[in-house]
Amino acid sequence: MAADPLIAELEQPLYKEHEKVYPQMVRGRYRRIKWAVMAVTLGIYYGLPFVRWDRGPNAPDQAVLLDLPARRFYFFSIEIWPQEFYYVTGLLVLAAIGLFLANAIAGRVWCGYTCPQTVWTDLFIAVENFFEGDRRTRIQLDKGPWTTDKILRKVGKHGVWLFIAWWTGGAWVLYFADAPTLVVELATGTAPFQAYLWIGILTATTYTLAGHAREQVCIYMCPWPRIQAALTDQYALNVTYRTDRGEPRGSLKKMRAKEAAGEPVGDCIDCHQCVFACPTGVDIRDGIQLGCIQCGLCMDACDTVMDKIGRPRGLIAYDTDMNIQAREEGKPEAFRPIRPRTVIYAGVLVIAGLAMLFTLANRPFVDLTAQHDRNPQFVQLSDGGVRNGFRINIANKRLFHRRFLVQVRGLENASLSIVGASDDIAGTPAVEVGPDQTHDFRLLVAVPREYLPDEPSMPIRIRIMEMETGEVAEARDFFKSPGDQ
Amino acid sequence: MADETKTGEDVQSSGVGTTGHEWDGIQEYNNPLPKWWVWTFYVTLLWSVVYWILMPSFPLISDYTKGIRGHSQRAVVAEAVAEVEALRAQNGSALEDAELEAIKADPDMLTFAMANGRAAFGDNCAPCHGTGAAGFKGYPNLNDDDWLWGGTLEDIHTTLLHGINWDQDDDTRFGGMTAFGEEELLTSDEIATVANYVRSIAGLETRDDADLEAGATLFEDNCAACHGENGAGMIETGAPNLTDGIWLFGADEADIIEGVYFGRRGVMPAWVNRLDPVTIKSLAVYVHSLGGGQ
Repeated sequence: MAADPLIAELEQPLYKEHEKVYPQMVRGRYRRIKWAVMAVTLGIYYGLPFVRWDRGPNAPDQAVLLDLPARRFYFFSIEIWPQEFYYVTGLLVLAAIGLFLANAIAGRVWCGYTCPQTVWTDLFIAVENFFEGDRRTRIQLDKGPWTTDKILRKVGKHGVWLFIAWWTGGAWVLYFADAPTLVVELATGTAPFQAYLWIGILTATTYTLAGHAREQVCIYMCPWPRIQAALTDQYALNVTYRTDRGEPRGSLKKMRAKEAAGEPVGDCIDCHQCVFACPTGVDIRDGIQLGCIQCGLCMDACDTVMDKIGRPRGLIAYDTDMNIQAREEGKPEAFRPIRPRTVIYAGVLVIAGLAMLFTLANRPFVDLTAQHDRNPQFVQLSDGGVRNGFRINIANKRLFHRRFLVQVRGLENASLSIVGASDDIAGTPAVEVGPDQTHDFRLLVAVPREYLPDEPSMPIRIRIMEMETGEVAEARDFFKSPGDQ
Repeated sequence: MADETKTGEDVQSSGVGTTGHEWDGIQEYNNPLPKWWVWTFYVTLLWSVVYWILMPSFPLISDYTKGIRGHSQRAVVAEAVAEVEALRAQNGSALEDAELEAIKADPDMLTFAMANGRAAFGDNCAPCHGTGAAGFKGYPNLNDDDWLWGGTLEDIHTTLLHGINWDQDDDTRFGGMTAFGEEELLTSDEIATVANYVRSIAGLETRDDADLEAGATLFEDNCAACHGENGAGMIETGAPNLTDGIWLFGADEADIIEGVYFGRRGVMPAWVNRLDPVTIKSLAVYVHSLGGGQ
């Protein structure tokens, strides 16, 4: 068999055992930034459903609400109808371009600071740290026997994890219903089944992903690191180990000895603090790699060590490989945040954002669609006249009752009537549509024999106008008749 | 060649080993999959077995394995249909005691009646009147403003309930055109003469040699009793207006002669025992709202 020697050649197995990462807590500038970002993002996530926004009596007063049964999306003063969902698409386009722009300037800042996976994992690690101590203590605790103390610590950790996960799921469902009401319903056990189901699902995913899967999500599941690698360039700032300064590395003792002997030494004392601090367990000194989410914690860890041994900070810093090379060659460093790539991204971002703002500011608050009867296309009347039927649909996107006049342009002496419309103004039928509603009406347009158009298919415009505001909506259609035969 | 590529520099410099597989010098990197991921794959395999046990899965010769949940998509559909019907009955209950005019005036009831009527029309009426209610020869167009038996809501409702010339219903609308030729009440010449007269009062062309005066006399003697002296028709007998532009059986001379010779007797079934009252009311409102309702 030829297969056996081939397998024997394998340097590593085809499947990898999970190696648990024990990140060490660090202090420093980037750690403080991450705490602040965590407070802001989680504060928004957990608090936003409770923010109120008065929209009057005919709409909910929740600032951000995805009202699925009513098919409405509320975001402060903006209300999105299902047919306007392209605004959300626009938002996704902005988010994508924003991500590309951030990546072109400073690499994976999204991954490192704001990605929900990072933020929740960070929170869960902090909880772990509180119950089980820092890295070394945790490793020993895991290796040690199951004592009462270990059990209590583990129970405490998982209990708080589950509580946070449950709260995360709870906050999620609050975006889909009136938050204060739903909270009361959840507390009294009268909430809809879907609410409990989704809280359960979100509890399970948060607990699993932030508590157990952690860096595995970034390394094996997330598509962004793969895409990011293809989108980055040599000018993007990345968390970088400055090899020009650090190498040759060695222990502090050896370093001092070499220094005394006048031999070249690097600043890296090979203390592994950067590796211990890393939440994904990579060694930043190997260079930019898929596992590095660029959270900056290794920079804090290294700066602390540099302070202790009396070396300047920034052995690991936001830098580029290109600059390392430039310094080695004695050339000036070049940071180029403004370059074609970033200018184009920023331009697209601004144009798309302005286009969205413009259309949002100018969108109509009344919509009209018309559908001509398909069968029969026209009806001959006993006096020789011809009548066409249309189904018109009026969408009133204001939060109050509105009354519209219905007119038809492009026909002489047409008489209009609307099934179910009780009132009219000077012979023009008027219809009423309730607040934030759509309504179908049947519009009948009759033309007497002597005024029939010559064309069998006469272009017309159906028009509705609100009396008070003069707001107009139009729909194009045709008036069908036997024509001039 | 093969030996060179096997230990190619690319493989070395990437720091990643290969699986040892080689196809024409192309080797495969070994980026090992985490074990937990492999386990999730085994879990999906296991789940498929659970699924086979729970759900219908394997075809047998004349049957299939039902699974212990006994799930059936037909049953799910039947349940959903029953649910919708219950909801429809609930939504339509307001129409049960409501006057027809009141239904038309109330936006909610009107919306229900129009939707319910449209569906019921498609199921029951379209075979004769057409899906758009435009009718065919002998089957009236319900969109126009010409009504043999009246076009008010009440008239349409009565027609729907009891039908026309529907023998099983005692309250049916009864009427028809006499077969003047077959019953030898008029001769063929007389029929041709009266047919031309009828065309003349409808504003249609007549034969040059037509004796319209004789036709008028014949009309007064034979037709005016039902169609009225001026030919404007009579709702009580279902006799059509002969002066307008709408002809149920066609306006050609031959069509009219055929009608006078053999008579006409349109039939519509009574729906009172076939459809529920709410549906019949919905149909009346729907047909009335097609445009011709009076």
